[in-house]
Amino acid sequence: MNFDYNEEQQLLADSVRRYLQDKYQFEQRRKIVAGEGWSAEAWTQFAQMGLTGLPVSTEHDGFGGGAVDLMGIMEAFGEALVVEPYLPLVMAVRALERGGSVGLLPRVIDGSMKLAWAHSEKGARYDVDAVRLGAKRKGSAWTLEGEKAAVIGAPTADRLVVTARASDGVALYLVDRAKAEVKAYRTMDERLAGDVTLRGVEAQRLEGGMPLVEEVLDLATALVCAEAVGAMKFACDTTLEYLKTRKQFGVPIGAFQALQHRMVDMFISLEQARSMACLACSRADAGGDARAISSAKIKISDAARHISQEAVQLHGGMGMSEELKVSHAFRRLTVLAREFGDADHHLARFAAL
Amino acid sequence: MDLNYSAEELAFRDEVRAWLRANLPQDLREKVENYAHLSKEDLLRWHRALAKNGWVAPAWPKEWGGTGWNVIQRYLFEEELGYAGAPPIIPFGVTMCAAVLLRFGSDAQKKRFLPRIYNGDDFWCQGYSEPGSGSDLASLKTKAVRQGDHYVVNGQKIWTTLAHYADWIFCLVRTDPTLEKRQEGISFLLMDMKTPGITVRPLILMDGAHEVNEVFFDDVKVPLENLVHEEGKGWTVAKYLLGYERMNTGRIGESRRQLARLKDYAAPMMANPRWRDRLTRVEVELAALEITNLRFLDRMRRTGQPPGADVSMLKIKGTEIQQALTELMMEATDPTASDPLSDAVRKRYLSTRKTTIYAGSNEIQRNIIAKMTLGL
Repeated sequence: MNFDYNEEQQLLADSVRRYLQDKYQFEQRRKIVAGEGWSAEAWTQFAQMGLTGLPVSTEHDGFGGGAVDLMGIMEAFGEALVVEPYLPLVMAVRALERGGSVGLLPRVIDGSMKLAWAHSEKGARYDVDAVRLGAKRKGSAWTLEGEKAAVIGAPTADRLVVTARASDGVALYLVDRAKAEVKAYRTMDERLAGDVTLRGVEAQRLEGGMPLVEEVLDLATALVCAEAVGAMKFACDTTLEYLKTRKQFGVPIGAFQALQHRMVDMFISLEQARSMACLACSRADAGGDARAISSAKIKISDAARHISQEAVQLHGGMGMSEELKVSHAFRRLTVLAREFGDADHHLARFAAL
Repeated sequence: MDLNYSAEELAFRDEVRAWLRANLPQDLREKVENYAHLSKEDLLRWHRALAKNGWVAPAWPKEWGGTGWNVIQRYLFEEELGYAGAPPIIPFGVTMCAAVLLRFGSDAQKKRFLPRIYNGDDFWCQGYSEPGSGSDLASLKTKAVRQGDHYVVNGQKIWTTLAHYADWIFCLVRTDPTLEKRQEGISFLLMDMKTPGITVRPLILMDGAHEVNEVFFDDVKVPLENLVHEEGKGWTVAKYLLGYERMNTGRIGESRRQLARLKDYAAPMMANPRWRDRLTRVEVELAALEITNLRFLDRMRRTGQPPGADVSMLKIKGTEIQQALTELMMEATDPTASDPLSDAVRKRYLSTRKTTIYAGSNEIQRNIIAKMTLGL
């Protein structure tokens, strides 16, 4: 039993945090969001720090990082509300490696190849099997026809890993993003996303089918738990700081017991959520445990809602202001609470497993 | 990061499990599982069975009968006891009085009391709360006046758990009412419950059970040798005790047993998604609590430091979960059923409301975290 990161994991997380504190402060992030919506410079830095190679197996010259290895980075990204589509890359790498398509990995590692994960469709909500986008075989080649929605990172990606339904069921396909129509927009939490339309686009079919889709989604769910823990830690820290500095009636508002107890409950929610994120990432590395991962997402979704709402409330009017990072953390946590399934979805899944 | 127990820890757990299977009396286990009343004799029978095996006071130093287990082993042991449906080890002697004596007691006091606590010869109770002093414990008024070779104690304690079983009581009393800083006038006294002038009166709670009492002191003569630590240092002792063994408050093993029982008992209700989701959320909270508890233990083991104030969250979450489980269990009973189990389940719902009030109410626990951990 041991809840620490090992030395390598800690060093990497520390260096990512140092970089983000230096170059990804809230004001710098604001410029990125107001501009293109992602930073090529930050992405290059991520690659130089080894983050793009981290999820790639050592067999393919990466660092072979699992969910626990990625956990500290996801936490740091959560704290800084990073908008660059790193998690979609991790998901696509897992799909490519398991699916037997490794040719792109050297360019993924060096940062020149960006990948996105295109699975959700309009109206599917969180139903993993609700894939209507069709795949047809033409000779030895496959073509895809249909639409994907809210694909994080699609506008900047070079390739898309797409789920599609063929006559033999759902499988994963690799397509060139340049051949897709992408309607770009910003998500509620300021990330670059796109609705993707594929009209007879040629694709390479990956091995693995639905079990691989589920494996990738469980990995991503565990990592989203870690990211949410980072964002929740920021929300708690900044709220605690506000309680100690904001004065009303001649005293810091943190002197009021009504607020102290609410702050304590936020702190407890954070610790409970962190425990479940540890569980989810450990289990994801140990071959996957859908029940444990769903239980973690239930807790993380509940905690994200609790902490984000309380953080805004305890900041008073300032919590509503676009000017403060806490309102952006609120937006991110609102999205993370739902990403890869909200609490209701995972409650049903947990009970069914 | 590795959330699994080591092979040694699993072997230890299996050893405890096997011993419990062979030695936990069936009638006691059934009483616990069916929420039946445990008599003094029941409690002592189990205490002595553990003592005979050398397991009744794992946290004590080895020279006094402790097991030398590390924090993880002690946790596993307690959780296995709870999961197996063992009667509780009543904490007032083994956990509380003994901790105080081991830290502050004289050699003579240790020799006199510790072996009798270990063997279950003396049943102890705790004299802290008073009618006007609940959460504000330092306002206590029961006074002890020194006269020659003894103190004369006058006053009243309340909510004294199992005082009607007790041979001895440890008490916080006021030895100097003149000091401006009221914490400084408090002392820690041990009293034989048979001393003339001590009267125990039952306080019946809403479940109809007699568990707590009022204890009255009328010119009770207590020998000076029964003072623990120095006169006026009782608050130091009390604070030490509050911080001691706060790690046990989650009662996770017991809640895991209740959850399993509930799933079995209420199986047909799982078809109702509203019920299912409420139950699942409690199950998730319990899993989170278990891991949080292990994180605290891991921190203690690595740093060698005692638990911080933040472990108060184990008491808060642990008792909230206990209450949620008993509430679900009560709701799962057929409202028209009058069989003994349904009746016991309803009474348990009533009784379990005390858990968020006793041992430092959950509001006091939040005050502790706010002040000590968050710096508010």
